[in-house]
Amino acid sequence: MDENKKLNFNPHDHVLVPKHTKISEEEKQKILQQYNVSLKQLPKILRLDPALQNIEVQKGDLIKIERKSPTTNKAVVYRVVV
Amino acid sequence: MDDLIKEYEGIIPGKLLEDIKRESKEQSLIKKQVKIVLDKVKEEYENAKIDPGEAIGIITAESFGEPSTQMVLRTFHFAGVAEVNVTLGLPRLIEIFDARKIPETPSMEIHLKSEYKNDPKQVRKIASLIKETKLEDISREFTVNLVKSSIEVSLDRELMRELSITPTLLVDSVQNSLKTVSVKYKDDDALVIKSKSPEGELSDIYRLKEKAKNAHVKGIKGVTQVVPVKTGNEYVIQTAGSNVREVMEIKEVDVENVLSNNIFETAEVLGIEAAKETIIREAVKVIENQGLDIDIRHIMFIADVMTATGNIKGITRAGITSEKESVLARASFETPIKHIINASIIGEVDSLNSVVENVMVNQAVPLGTGLPGLLAKMSAKLEKEDKKKK
Repeated sequence: MDENKKLNFNPHDHVLVPKHTKISEEEKQKILQQYNVSLKQLPKILRLDPALQNIEVQKGDLIKIERKSPTTNKAVVYRVVV
Repeated sequence: MDDLIKEYEGIIPGKLLEDIKRESKEQSLIKKQVKIVLDKVKEEYENAKIDPGEAIGIITAESFGEPSTQMVLRTFHFAGVAEVNVTLGLPRLIEIFDARKIPETPSMEIHLKSEYKNDPKQVRKIASLIKETKLEDISREFTVNLVKSSIEVSLDRELMRELSITPTLLVDSVQNSLKTVSVKYKDDDALVIKSKSPEGELSDIYRLKEKAKNAHVKGIKGVTQVVPVKTGNEYVIQTAGSNVREVMEIKEVDVENVLSNNIFETAEVLGIEAAKETIIREAVKVIENQGLDIDIRHIMFIADVMTATGNIKGITRAGITSEKESVLARASFETPIKHIINASIIGEVDSLNSVVENVMVNQAVPLGTGLPGLLAKMSAKLEKEDKKKK
């Protein structure tokens, strides 16, 4: 992963990488309540994931991912940082 | 009209809304009619939703199982563009879902920056930059000199000029990839490679010769073939061999559009979401190529499961099955004795939360109507009965 920092481009710009944004603590609780889930039940993303290299994240943060979907145009999913 | 459609955002998926918008314009519907359409679509959409407790995993497995039995019959066929062979059919599908570290035929699809992508001459030049050149490729002969314990390589000067390899570049790169040797360039187009350790055994020099043949001279490591292909109105470079990270460092390459069929490499360079996209892309490619029809939702679901932990897990006993919480569920897949013995050693507890373990102990499974637990209000009834007795 360290090697990746040498790359002179941001993985975010790549066609395969959807938009990743960090969710605020307040909104995080709202989302968890809305879907009636705990953090443990959500899909995970590694803290060192290349797509997160420009976002400051900590373990337990919630990442909002806006994918382009062939079935619904835009799909929003969440991943927990581990 | 747009306001009306906007009201349904979040209730009906965006794609359907777009379709409605386009169609209603074509059919020149009035607002009232559009409203009727929207309500009808909403109803149909609600009906099409999966019920809570539906066993979607089994539906996906069946949807894949049936067509793939068809695929076995015409397996092991190669297809691809020009000279680049790509594994397709069942072997490739197994490779994707087992999450093999390196695919049998790794390949890349490299798009170029807009100023280069329409000029065939430029494209060919960039392609030659990408292709890996080994010492063997630009040499005529390898001779072993046993007396001096050195290797003489006679070079093909014309090929070198064609690939614009200068003697200094050659010496440097051979030195770099072989390390413990001294490399010298002789005037008559020959390269002398001599081992630095003086008293080598006879077999060492032959081993060095084999190593020297594979010495990296130019281009990107691992890329054995490059083919510029015209797709639409631009040229795309297809390769055999994959090395995304190094390709992205070439300045003519559109870094935002380099696609590899190696899932693990994609995950390492671009992250787990890109890997998920790659799984879907590759699986769809195989299925379309075979003329099969599997709904993309099944593939998306499998890709989601495979990437849920943040790492790529194949559908194998080392992959997603090992992530299961229940001992009995893990034991029911493969190598049951190992799982049960290990669980008993560390005293694992199985809370019987899922399907397989409940089948094993002969209980109702938490699926469909078995999913919700019922709470009955007993007090009222009991009071009535009490009164009757009196």
